[in-house]
Amino acid sequence: MSEENPPRATGDLVVLSDVNKHFGALHVLQSIDLTIARGEVVVVIGPSGGGKSTLCRAINRLETIDSGEIVIDGKPLPAEGRELAALRADVGMVFQSFNLFAHKTVLDNVTLGQVKVRKKDKKAADERARRLLDRVGVASQAEKYPAQLSGGQQQRVAIARALAMDPKIMLFDEPTSALDPEMINEVLEVMRQLARDGMTMVVVTHEMGFARSAANRVVFMADGRIVEETTPARFFSNPSSERAKDFLSKILHH
Amino acid sequence: MFDFLKGYDLLAAFWVTVQLTFYSAVGSLIWGTVLAAMRVSPVPLMRAFGTAYVNVVRNIPLTVVIVFTSLGLFQTLGVTLGADDFTTINFRLAVLGLTAYTSSFVCEALRSGINTVPVGQTEAARAIGLNFPQVLRLIVLPQAFRSVVGPLASVLIALTKNTTVAAAIGVAEAAALMRVMIENEAQLILISAIFAFGFICLTLPSGLLLGWVSKKVSVRR
Repeated sequence: MSEENPPRATGDLVVLSDVNKHFGALHVLQSIDLTIARGEVVVVIGPSGGGKSTLCRAINRLETIDSGEIVIDGKPLPAEGRELAALRADVGMVFQSFNLFAHKTVLDNVTLGQVKVRKKDKKAADERARRLLDRVGVASQAEKYPAQLSGGQQQRVAIARALAMDPKIMLFDEPTSALDPEMINEVLEVMRQLARDGMTMVVVTHEMGFARSAANRVVFMADGRIVEETTPARFFSNPSSERAKDFLSKILHH
Repeated sequence: MFDFLKGYDLLAAFWVTVQLTFYSAVGSLIWGTVLAAMRVSPVPLMRAFGTAYVNVVRNIPLTVVIVFTSLGLFQTLGVTLGADDFTTINFRLAVLGLTAYTSSFVCEALRSGINTVPVGQTEAARAIGLNFPQVLRLIVLPQAFRSVVGPLASVLIALTKNTTVAAAIGVAEAAALMRVMIENEAQLILISAIFAFGFICLTLPSGLLLGWVSKKVSVRR
């Protein structure tokens, strides 16, 4: 488990340079510089309130930034409008609270973006959706509504919904934090599979086991800054910063 | 006991009431939805228009609105809404006035429904690349409508009763006939009771039906 996951870098997909954001008086992102290579799995960990989720949400502009620049696949992140919508279609997002469309069936959740954004015909979208639902293990639930599914199933549908857009990168904002403990693994397993398939991923999580086994790189964030950026093996065995040592001592020994 | 009813076409009068209600309800639903969309839109000018419209129109007495459509729009500005005879012109003006007025209430009911849709629904919709009109049309409004069927039923009942104001500009609906009968006949209490009963026959079933629909379509979270 603690073996190094070799980086598969083939060019930069996401580049954040000197990104700053405030929530009122709180300086939640402080001069963030971060580069994510194509095919790389970056896990962002750190204490709550440290800016991890904000960083993740800034990458597809669900949070605006005050200064700095975010470049995705060579293009600066556009402001509101058609270009931003087009960019978001290329960036898959999985939320802590699933956010499946409550009035639509599981199948419709996965076909909606394909039909309305990618302009695929309904039949092709249906087929693709069923294949993806099968891949995440919820094919038998296709005709149900989200509220009829367990949290773990909902989150896997949410992953399928994002994958249906053929994204260049997937963002996971604490995907297992709202789940019952016995459902966490079924979601993590889907994510591990995605990582093995070469998807570029940014994962904000408290699941240290996942960071160890699937990440190419661990980014440790605290108080709005990236404190440490290293391989998972080095981070968990020999962190260089006091802040990270302190954090790990609190979560790993209980 | 009901001999005095001879010579009065109650059904025709109530039919006009039903038509006024129907066209105004459809009109208000459409215009009210557009107004609600404006009030939550990212464009400041649209938001300002929606807010101003609702706050002006819902605070004017309906009688003033209806009388204005006749005296202001028709007699002063010559707006006939594509009709030639007075009956049709007045009917259409009444529908216009009722729609303009009721839309502000539909808008506010709908806006409260929009507020019940969790922000995560919007974020997820934006995250797959839907633009603002699509987010509103495909995700937010369908859920908002389902949560406000109850309040909209109240608006519909109010609208049905409000159609009586159209009598002020000579539309031959139920209240106009009631006025004629009260002038010509002696059975005042009976006449009032008949018309009260007629309106209950219209509003009670629609209220019950929409109450049932409201349960049926509610979104489970």
